[in-house]
Amino acid sequence: MTFTLRMTVNDRPVELEVAHDEVLLDVLRTRLDLKGAKRSCGIAECGACTVLIDRQPVSSCCTLAWEARERRVDTVEGLARSGELDPLQSAFAEHRALQCGYCTPGMLMSAVALLDETPAPTADEVRRGLRGTLCRCTGYRGIVEAVVAVGLVGDDDV
Amino acid sequence: VTERWIGRSLRQPDANSKLTGEHRYASDLDVPGMLVGLILRSDVAHARIHRVDLERARAVPGVVAMIGPADLGSPIPRFGALSPDQPVLADGEVRFHGEPLAAVAAVDEASAREALEAIVVDLEELPAVASLDDALRAEPHVLHECRFAWGEPAGDAAIVLEHEYEAHAAQHVSIEPHACIASWDRRGLTIWAGTQHPFVVRRVLADTFKLPLARVRVLALPVGGAFGAKGYPKLEPIVALLSRAAGQPVGVRASLRESFHITRGAGARVAVRTALDDAGRLCSQEIEADFLAGAYADMAPRVVEKSAYLACGPYRTPAARIVARAIASNTAPSTAFRGFGAPQFTWALESQMDELARMVGQDPLEFRLRNLCEPGELVLPDQTPCDGRWHEALTRAAEAVGYRQPRPPGRGVGVAIAIKYPTPASTSVAIVRLHADASATVQIGTTELGQGSRIAMAQIAAEALGIATDDVSVPDPDTASTPFDFATAASRSTTLAGTAVLAACADVHRQLEALAEEALGVAARADAQAGGVAMADGRRLSYVELLALAFGADQGEVVGRGTYRGARADLPLGGPAPFWEVCAAASEIEVDEATGAIRVVRQVVASDVGRAINPAATQGQDLGAAMMGLGQTLAEEVRYDERGRLLTADLERYRIPATPDLPIQFESILIENGDGPGPFGAKGVGESGIMAIGPSVGNALRAASGVRVRRLPLTPERVWRALSQARQPTASVVR
Repeated sequence: MTFTLRMTVNDRPVELEVAHDEVLLDVLRTRLDLKGAKRSCGIAECGACTVLIDRQPVSSCCTLAWEARERRVDTVEGLARSGELDPLQSAFAEHRALQCGYCTPGMLMSAVALLDETPAPTADEVRRGLRGTLCRCTGYRGIVEAVVAVGLVGDDDV
Repeated sequence: VTERWIGRSLRQPDANSKLTGEHRYASDLDVPGMLVGLILRSDVAHARIHRVDLERARAVPGVVAMIGPADLGSPIPRFGALSPDQPVLADGEVRFHGEPLAAVAAVDEASAREALEAIVVDLEELPAVASLDDALRAEPHVLHECRFAWGEPAGDAAIVLEHEYEAHAAQHVSIEPHACIASWDRRGLTIWAGTQHPFVVRRVLADTFKLPLARVRVLALPVGGAFGAKGYPKLEPIVALLSRAAGQPVGVRASLRESFHITRGAGARVAVRTALDDAGRLCSQEIEADFLAGAYADMAPRVVEKSAYLACGPYRTPAARIVARAIASNTAPSTAFRGFGAPQFTWALESQMDELARMVGQDPLEFRLRNLCEPGELVLPDQTPCDGRWHEALTRAAEAVGYRQPRPPGRGVGVAIAIKYPTPASTSVAIVRLHADASATVQIGTTELGQGSRIAMAQIAAEALGIATDDVSVPDPDTASTPFDFATAASRSTTLAGTAVLAACADVHRQLEALAEEALGVAARADAQAGGVAMADGRRLSYVELLALAFGADQGEVVGRGTYRGARADLPLGGPAPFWEVCAAASEIEVDEATGAIRVVRQVVASDVGRAINPAATQGQDLGAAMMGLGQTLAEEVRYDERGRLLTADLERYRIPATPDLPIQFESILIENGDGPGPFGAKGVGESGIMAIGPSVGNALRAASGVRVRRLPLTPERVWRALSQARQPTASVVR
């Protein structure tokens, strides 16, 4: 059984014929070739597949594509559309918030959602806010520092 | 001479593509014509196989090929990095939970899954051995035993202390599960894999399938976390056979759950009997260890041998008797894991050192400093002497957490120090090509695991040639074009493979000098600072001018070759240690007396790295390793049920650290005295951060609460039990 999935992905309208039991991660990766969101645990524990639906973070491995119909989906590929890294990505590079990089797309999208809610988070707020995305390489210090730094810069601009 | 590129925290060249989501891992790659491969794995740990019937499964639409035991001949082909003992599919008997029984290649995942479900399997379950207690109760199947001895143990030492410690088995949990693509056609076998050791994979596949090395090509793709789990062949042999059967490329992307079943680290029980003289100096150590290995050898024998050799740690030890064994069980083969057995021995030794210090009434830090090797002192008989400032590492780690500050009840500090070394007698070959525009390509078999090997190698070559790092590219290894490299393991790459890169750059320079002398008829000397050659008559030529002169405009290149060959000697593991990798840890913890929960407030690691080629990348390795160590110390534990089935095969039941676990102070200190044998004085680093974390936290727990726990992990339940028993008048120690 299929249905017509209409959604906006990184500001582009998309229309696809999708199986009812297809998860959003597979639609993004195999149908739209957006392979930034990663497959890992498959049970919404690791956060590597995190994308935003209407700016809320979801584990796309456990989210039916059906749930994204007529909604706005943001993936890591939407962050640097001008060809330049956005401030959050630059802060990740600056603060060594990545090593192997496999968790990075999910971590970035979790951080985007956190910064939407809390534009200038404290280190404690970042620790709590990013707990759903796991990194096995960095030890997290650079990640927390990067998100705090972006929040501080954003705050000055306001 | 001021260095332009060494010691700078330059970014990984692939940072941008990782940040934008464009980076392609083995899990993301599509090879044209690639089929989806899936593996049927046993759901029991030990069984006689009566039947694996693929008949119905083969009829599933979309299935292109299947392999079952009957398709592979008898005996079924076996593979293994140390000994070829692991059958590609379970051979007559299932020996661990998750062992492959059959595999399918199909046009899509749904068809492949349907085919797996249509396989009929008849297994007769047998009793399984999945713990050291069970393994030792019966006649243990010893995969490997090693013994080391020197000096005469003191018969009448003033003080003798004997305890048994246990470090549990842990899981690597790379966020990218295992992934591999194979294409086997008339030309040979091609493998695309997220692997640490493309040349080990090539050798093992060539051995298993009786192919010349030249007809096995391994392309090592960027790896989404490895930590030892992705070096020695895992999926590659089965995917190769699937491709041969299908006549098409096949890709297998394991789920994370599957990765939990593929491999793991080994737990160990370590008994330590230490003799001290009345001044608190070590007289002798008697150490006996049993590691619970898996159903097949994988790297377990090497892990046990290499770590047991250093069981006495970085201390002056006049006499020792060490016995260590790898014991087989019905569990997934245990493989290399960051630290390579050193964390297990360090847990025992450094807990024991703390107990000894308290027993003789000395401060644990002072007690260690008194017994640590000084520079130039022998660590082990006939081995490389102490090559760093280990006192400095330990002292600075302790100072960084305020070791001597008074603390409120429930808080405590602990320290520990650990040592390991890279595999001796290893080889790395590098090719450095200086192109017509004075940019360079470095071909080296070191893989990119996120540790920053690409940028480190680029910095070394840029410095040696006097060009910019942006003008150096370091492509991912491809055994068809990249020269041989032993492995990306044991913290060896920057130091030892880097030495090969440096030698290749020197070879480029020698060739440039010869070309200049031939063209201009006077002596020439390469000058990296100036990026060219200086002629004896005062003329100077840039690389670009010289290459154009020698080969014609826009043509030619100079190809330099460099080799690192580790010294060989009649010593355990074949040679002297190229360097000692040493790391000290200091922890401040807070223990909740009501729940037993430990919160690590400060965690500092200090590594003697000789010279950090890229300090931020170096610290990233130590911090990442330290966090992994905290996970293993406080929560992570591989557990099996009474039938030997893996209970902890997902992230709900196997908890790895998350952002809330980040200590308030989390710091990496680099000791840099330029005293390493590698490029610009570098020594290895990368594993070291994990080694001493367990005892550092355990010793802090002792300081905070008065209880000694001799078994990892220090879960709230275990700590709470220890605290409760300590409140009883009799016992104060819990195993």
